[in-house]
Amino acid sequence: MQKLLELKNLVKHYPIRGGIFRRQVNSVKAVDGIDLDIYKGECLGLVGESGCGKTTVSKTIVRLHDPTSGEIHFHKQNGSETVVTDISRISHNALKKSKIRGKLQMVFQDPTTSMDPRMLIKNVIAEPIKGLEKTSSRELESRIIELLNLVGLSKYHLLRYPHEFSGGQRQRIAVARAIATKPDFIVLDEPTSALDVSVQAQILNLLKKLQEEFNLTYLFVTHHLLVVKYISTRIAVMYLGKIVESAPTDRLFERPVHPYTNALLSGIPVPNVNYTPRPIILSGDVPSPIDPPPGCRFSTRCPFVKERCSAEIPKLKEIEPGHSVACHLASETEKLIADKYGSR
Amino acid sequence: MAKVIEIKDVNTNFYTYEGIIKALDSVSLTIDHGSTFGLVGESGCGKSVTARSIMRIVQEPGKIESGKILFYPDPNKNGEGVDLLQKPESYMRDLRGDKISMIFQEPNSALNPIFTIGFQISESLLFHRKKELCQSVVDDLGKTGNGLFIPLSALLKKIYEIGARNPEALLLGLFSRIPILKRWDRLLKKKALNRSIELIDDLGIPNPQEVVKLYPHNLSGGMKQRVVIAIALACHPVLLIADEATSNLDVTIQAQILNLLKELKKKEISSVLLITHDLGVVAHTCDRVGVMYAGQLCEVADVRDIFENPRHPYTSALLGSVPKLLQKKTLQSIEGNVPNLVNPPEGCRFHPRCQYKTDICSEKAPPMEEVGTNHSVACYHHLSG
Amino acid sequence: MLNNHPKLKELKFTASRIFKDPSAIIGFSLIAVFIVIAIGAPYFAPPKWESRPYIMPHKGFSRMPEPPSKEHILGTTSGQYDIYYGIIWGTRTAFRVGLVVVGFSLVIGVAVGTIAGYFGGIVDEIIMRLVDVVLALPYLVLVMAFIVALGKGLDNVILAIAVIQWRNYARVMRASILTLRDLDYVHASKLMGISHLKIMLTHIIPNGIFPVLVIGFMDIGSIVITASFLSFLGLGAPLGYADWGQMVAMARDHIIGPPGNPMQYWHAILIPGGVMILFVLAWNLIGDALRDAFDPKVRRT
Repeated sequence: MQKLLELKNLVKHYPIRGGIFRRQVNSVKAVDGIDLDIYKGECLGLVGESGCGKTTVSKTIVRLHDPTSGEIHFHKQNGSETVVTDISRISHNALKKSKIRGKLQMVFQDPTTSMDPRMLIKNVIAEPIKGLEKTSSRELESRIIELLNLVGLSKYHLLRYPHEFSGGQRQRIAVARAIATKPDFIVLDEPTSALDVSVQAQILNLLKKLQEEFNLTYLFVTHHLLVVKYISTRIAVMYLGKIVESAPTDRLFERPVHPYTNALLSGIPVPNVNYTPRPIILSGDVPSPIDPPPGCRFSTRCPFVKERCSAEIPKLKEIEPGHSVACHLASETEKLIADKYGSR
Repeated sequence: MAKVIEIKDVNTNFYTYEGIIKALDSVSLTIDHGSTFGLVGESGCGKSVTARSIMRIVQEPGKIESGKILFYPDPNKNGEGVDLLQKPESYMRDLRGDKISMIFQEPNSALNPIFTIGFQISESLLFHRKKELCQSVVDDLGKTGNGLFIPLSALLKKIYEIGARNPEALLLGLFSRIPILKRWDRLLKKKALNRSIELIDDLGIPNPQEVVKLYPHNLSGGMKQRVVIAIALACHPVLLIADEATSNLDVTIQAQILNLLKELKKKEISSVLLITHDLGVVAHTCDRVGVMYAGQLCEVADVRDIFENPRHPYTSALLGSVPKLLQKKTLQSIEGNVPNLVNPPEGCRFHPRCQYKTDICSEKAPPMEEVGTNHSVACYHHLSG
Repeated sequence: MLNNHPKLKELKFTASRIFKDPSAIIGFSLIAVFIVIAIGAPYFAPPKWESRPYIMPHKGFSRMPEPPSKEHILGTTSGQYDIYYGIIWGTRTAFRVGLVVVGFSLVIGVAVGTIAGYFGGIVDEIIMRLVDVVLALPYLVLVMAFIVALGKGLDNVILAIAVIQWRNYARVMRASILTLRDLDYVHASKLMGISHLKIMLTHIIPNGIFPVLVIGFMDIGSIVITASFLSFLGLGAPLGYADWGQMVAMARDHIIGPPGNPMQYWHAILIPGGVMILFVLAWNLIGDALRDAFDPKVRRT
């Protein structure tokens, strides 16, 4: 498979300033060194609890935030050859000049704040097109109508304000805006969590359809595991600024290895009365990302914690092709969990 | 089984400047003692308004127009219920947080940031259980060796005896205004704080003695939600209403809280009204389920029937649109959008999105019909079992 | 087609919201009257000297105000200046002072506040400390110092007030920008490669300007008072210039009439003062109404 994006030891710390001279006294370690490859045409699910840094990762990839350190390699198809650019350092102007800006897009969580309330839908969708290329107004209009049709709206919606639409329709407009620049890669930051259940399915199906039609690559950020299972081909699980496990979706759901992944998956409220959940109840809460525990980040809540866990940071190791885990006990967790909670 | 609450044809409207929003349209349902009733639906379907109508805390500009909300506090005496809509506000004030309590979605706004956790839990106890607390202080004072100067102890005992007889006694109110005497209730507050410590200890919060001295911002989201639950349970309510109590929490924390609610259900709480949009939560915590759509109740049944044998087209479509663990097919989606309740569709409010609709659906709202054991549906074309 | 354009509909909606409020109706009608007076000044009170219409005509130099008469409908004030003429042409002065000062300082304040709020960090720190310095100085003393340095005259009064007035707008603008700049639609625009300037002009300022506009509207009245006060002190308009403040100043020795008839000169002080109060009141009512109309919480969602 062809890589589209490579994250190398990506770090994003938000400084906390204090004192009279506003010196940096500490930092929120939102993303603390992650390596991740995103392949062309896949939908990578990024899963984790609130505050684990998944949104920061996604916003850093599209350069809404500047990374503290690390590299983001973008593989851009230029005719038949592939040009690899490190986009973690270059300026926003250079990003625009090298035509990468429009290739990386994002759909936001809350459709009520993702559109300027004073703009007509026409202008909302025209904005990205006008920002990146020059088009005549007639061409622009037909492009906009084409985009609206793609997401299941029509030209009758052109001259309306965002507040006249329901949440689901607004999310459709946001999707239309994101694909307006013909992107390669779209970050979907919890695109359905603000929507109703019945509308959520519409948007998920729309996203699937568009992915096939335009050969898009998605990074689907969510905390909703059933949604991510439905749409993703591969899943990466984050905990407190680090990736703890990544594997193809089916494999991850069948044989999760990391204790955190196990707990996460066992706690899914499945809408099926015949399924008896046996949740692994973790004690305590996620530690603060300001002072993460030394060693394995999960060591404070892990039911199988060993001395080594709180001393040494486990590396993300591939235990089988495509399945990587960051856990010192990776080889024995299955047995440990079966012993403690019964086999699943 | 004995009923705990019975809602009959309740209509609640909101008078906004865009028009009248008919948030509840003749909703009727019954919750039994000892059961967990799940109310599911999409946002704006009226599930929260139902809960707020029961508590009579519908916010402005909302108003409960008509209907009956009958409350049967005692499972053994199933006589006439108390119609909460006919009672004065003072009655409701005594009831809220005592016989019926409620947990809200957002623990941050449910707790007051300027008071300690202990104060906020004991506040409820002091309001509803003053008499009982006074009595137990009297009992404590009666014991020898309580460490107090004997005449003082006798005086305090006298005061608390008054409190135990009538907590609103004029004399006590007078005492509270006199500089030195106003500290008479110190022992009472101490007692309430001790109760609070016991309460949060039961909820599995580590170091309860320390936690009661903390402020809400010192606690994490899951902890705060536990404290909110502790406040709700302080007076052992007959009915606990949980309005999206776990929706804002993370998966692992949600698992903790749901587990806690289940444990509590076994020993502490009589019945629960669980309001949620998450069908997964419903499947594993509820006994009976009511499905709401656009201010109307469409289907009420036992949880197994709802999931395995849904009879209302909306319930069935809703279940089809939720991703499953073993989802292989494309998700079924319900076309269209939730209607605006200022101008709801005539007749059955689901008919514009329904694939089985006929002419009658848009003319008259379908009545609730019994279609199986404990299974009622409001639909002319309910799916066969 | 034009009738159904959504922008027009939105405007109509906002207008209907504004005019539901009785105080707004009073405010707008008062201002409408003042505008008519200002525009029609040459017809209501034909100037004596075409080239210098703002100079109030006066007959004689008696310091005693004369009561209303056929010749002087509203009487005369100290120095025999015609009050009616002064009121009419003074309306133009009031509008000029209020609108120019507020307009000028709004432009500076909005620009400074937007830049500080949008970029944040060190830019914000430097700009806002500068604003703090300006804020720390006493307002009137600063204005007076400016006028003393620049010289007397109405134009200098306008300049001096505007140079200080922007500080309030900068702060309010910055505060409203801070909440806007992290909204998703601003992020989305950044993702489209739109320049900072364009984002500020299309998304940030139109959405964040309303609180400042409301304050600006309310300030128009109070600035007229400040300018009047400076005229009262003799720092503003030259002697005989049609300015309400100066007219009040002229009557300051005649607030109370001679013993036995304390109300003898009431017209000299009450008429210019009353007009000034009405003018301030009108702008305050409009500001209030606009605040309610622009409040995002009551906007439709």
